Amino acid sequence: MSHIWADKKSRQIIIQIIVIVVVLSLLGFFVRNTLNNLELLGREASYSFLFAPSNYDINQHLIEYDSRSTHLRATVVGIINTGLVAFFGIMLATLIGFVAGVSRLSSNFLVNRIAYVFVEFSRNVPILLWILLWHGLIVHNMPHPKQAIAAYDFAFLTNRGIYVPKPLLEPAFWGVAAALAIALAGAYYFYRIAKRKQEVTGKQYPVYWVNCSLIVVLPLLAFWLLGFPAQLEYPVFQGFNFKGGLVLSPEFIALLIALGVYTGAFIAEIVRAGILAVSYGQTEAAYALGLKPNLAMRMVILPQALRVIVPPMISQYLNLTKNSSLAIAVGYMDIVATIGGISLNQTGRALECMSIVLALYLCISLSISAFMNWYNKRISLVER
Amino acid sequence: MDKYPQNTGTQEDLPPPIMHVGVAGWIRKNMLSSPTDVFLTVISIYILYEIVPPLANWVFFDAVFSGDVEHRNECREIASGACWSVIVARFEQLLYGFYPVHLRWRVNLTFILLFVALIPLLYDQVRGRKYLLWFTLIYPIFAFLMLWGGLGLESVESSKFGGFLLTVLIGVTGIAVSLPLGIALSLGRQSSMPLMRLLSVCYIEFFRGVPLITLLFVASTLLNYFMPPGTYFDLLLRVIIMVILFAAAYIAEVVRGGLAAIPRGQFEAADALGLKYANCMRLIILPQALKISIPGIVNTFIGLYKDTTLVVIVGLLDPLGISGATLADSRWQGLSTELYMFIALGFFISCFAMSRYSLYLERKLDTGHKNQ
Repeated sequence: MSHIWADKKSRQIIIQIIVIVVVLSLLGFFVRNTLNNLELLGREASYSFLFAPSNYDINQHLIEYDSRSTHLRATVVGIINTGLVAFFGIMLATLIGFVAGVSRLSSNFLVNRIAYVFVEFSRNVPILLWILLWHGLIVHNMPHPKQAIAAYDFAFLTNRGIYVPKPLLEPAFWGVAAALAIALAGAYYFYRIAKRKQEVTGKQYPVYWVNCSLIVVLPLLAFWLLGFPAQLEYPVFQGFNFKGGLVLSPEFIALLIALGVYTGAFIAEIVRAGILAVSYGQTEAAYALGLKPNLAMRMVILPQALRVIVPPMISQYLNLTKNSSLAIAVGYMDIVATIGGISLNQTGRALECMSIVLALYLCISLSISAFMNWYNKRISLVER
Repeated sequence: MDKYPQNTGTQEDLPPPIMHVGVAGWIRKNMLSSPTDVFLTVISIYILYEIVPPLANWVFFDAVFSGDVEHRNECREIASGACWSVIVARFEQLLYGFYPVHLRWRVNLTFILLFVALIPLLYDQVRGRKYLLWFTLIYPIFAFLMLWGGLGLESVESSKFGGFLLTVLIGVTGIAVSLPLGIALSLGRQSSMPLMRLLSVCYIEFFRGVPLITLLFVASTLLNYFMPPGTYFDLLLRVIIMVILFAAAYIAEVVRGGLAAIPRGQFEAADALGLKYANCMRLIILPQALKISIPGIVNTFIGLYKDTTLVVIVGLLDPLGISGATLADSRWQGLSTELYMFIALGFFISCFAMSRYSLYLERKLDTGHKNQ
């Protein structure tokens, strides 16, 4: 016996057999208990409840939804709401992160300190607290719609959310969108041609200015030619509340600001570390080659800094998406609050609902980490 | 040649230009060095002017600190700022939850002794460290007895636990248990046995892939399904277990990064010395890998500590739960900002302290010579 144990290979096999037996019996124990418990409750796991009417309302739905819609549709609404807050949260966090990160490196004392205090306060306080704090500020401290704080009669701040004009698009607006698409394609084409020309002849084209004006002018021209096929519907105060326009609910705003500020602070540190990781010799070498500061930044420093910045930043994006599940604390109807919250409570199908929620988040996470692995492989330094 | 004084070196040095030294020099260098710099300074001063005075007024100068105030409207009559009376009125609850009043000395004692137990772990040059380590070893048992009672001490149900007591309890237990579990998982992921690798990867990816809040929901709604009928698990215990399992997956990833940074030569050298796997890891690999991963580990701990707030969503009465109950009281309705700011301050102090400690440790353990 001791012979087998002394040999590394056979020892490993024995250990693995023991481990698999333990794990499988543990799993079997759980599965058997679950089946037993379900039997005691007199029902079996079934997902058919997804097609029954949900019987509850969701205040924010981008697709058609009412209380007669199915639980499945409620889930889809939840997914869209999660996606919405995650998307805008990521934009906001990136913006805040880059501004704060660059400010942290500023030689200006005040800018540096303000950014430092902001970053430390934002990331050392739990995200849930930020969400509740912002939600409380809006709901308890903003005025009633009657005394709404007006920003140039354009947006209205109230304790029921922010009212902004809603763009009403006419069918002809597709022409403008098409013009934008054409402009983007043209800009890319011009960029390719200019780059090839520069490689062959060394002559530079003003790619930046040409492309910028192309992308701005072409859609505007189309907009004008088609006779302004879009209008803004302004919110108007009627009776007790505002009518018309687009309302951003307090929950959405609180969640967005909290996620943006909290994740932004983390991104700020990532950006700072990334820029510091590029040694100063690189900047000096770029200047020695005669590159102007903005070219040196764009062609030498940024590409190297991004290599360090992007992977942790994507994982922050993932964190933001997962943290958006805290929406349930303020009643924003995301994945957890719809299928994992009200649907679960109404149908009592905890097992089925939670498995759907877990599966959805796993899908999001695993696909993002698969993308990250691909990206890391692509940008990793090829060492000789 | 008369331009130059004959008596060079005998005259007193002229003082440096006044704009280049002292306060003026500092301001010029750090705030007004270029037109852009001047612009940024002006903007910063404007931002500070817009934020700091109103905030200071609200927090300090126009605020009510009196503990005699019984209702938010009384606050409003006295001053326009924050009504800190709500904190004064609910201070004990925010700290202890509903822990019986006459037994709170036990919580205090446990909390103070926590630092005694931590000292030998945090600083390695304390006198009598050996004896203190023994104390650290028995501290968990001691803390359990003190908090829950038993062995002649009056017992307290865990549903009475609340406030910052709950935060620290979940946080410290989570940190203490998730570290060894995380290290074991990271070793499993690096193992040469394919089955171990597969299991570790599945575990890590699953727990990192889902938000903690869904896991807490699983703990509060589903765990009954997985256990034999009739088993009852304390909700607090279920939540602590989930927090540990969750944090361990993150620790595992951080330590894996440290392990990946160890050159192959170190493993080979350990093999060449004839060290067995356990000794090789314990004496050669882990000390180096853990040193590299300290910032990440502490960051995970800070994250775990902050994540303890989520337990409010499954109904435990942590500081946020207590403030929810307070806000539901008609006397204190609408004072959410005061309550949340107070709790935020509590978290800020502990998390900031942890991140400072991590910086200290990083500097102390830095045996490299890159910045010297």
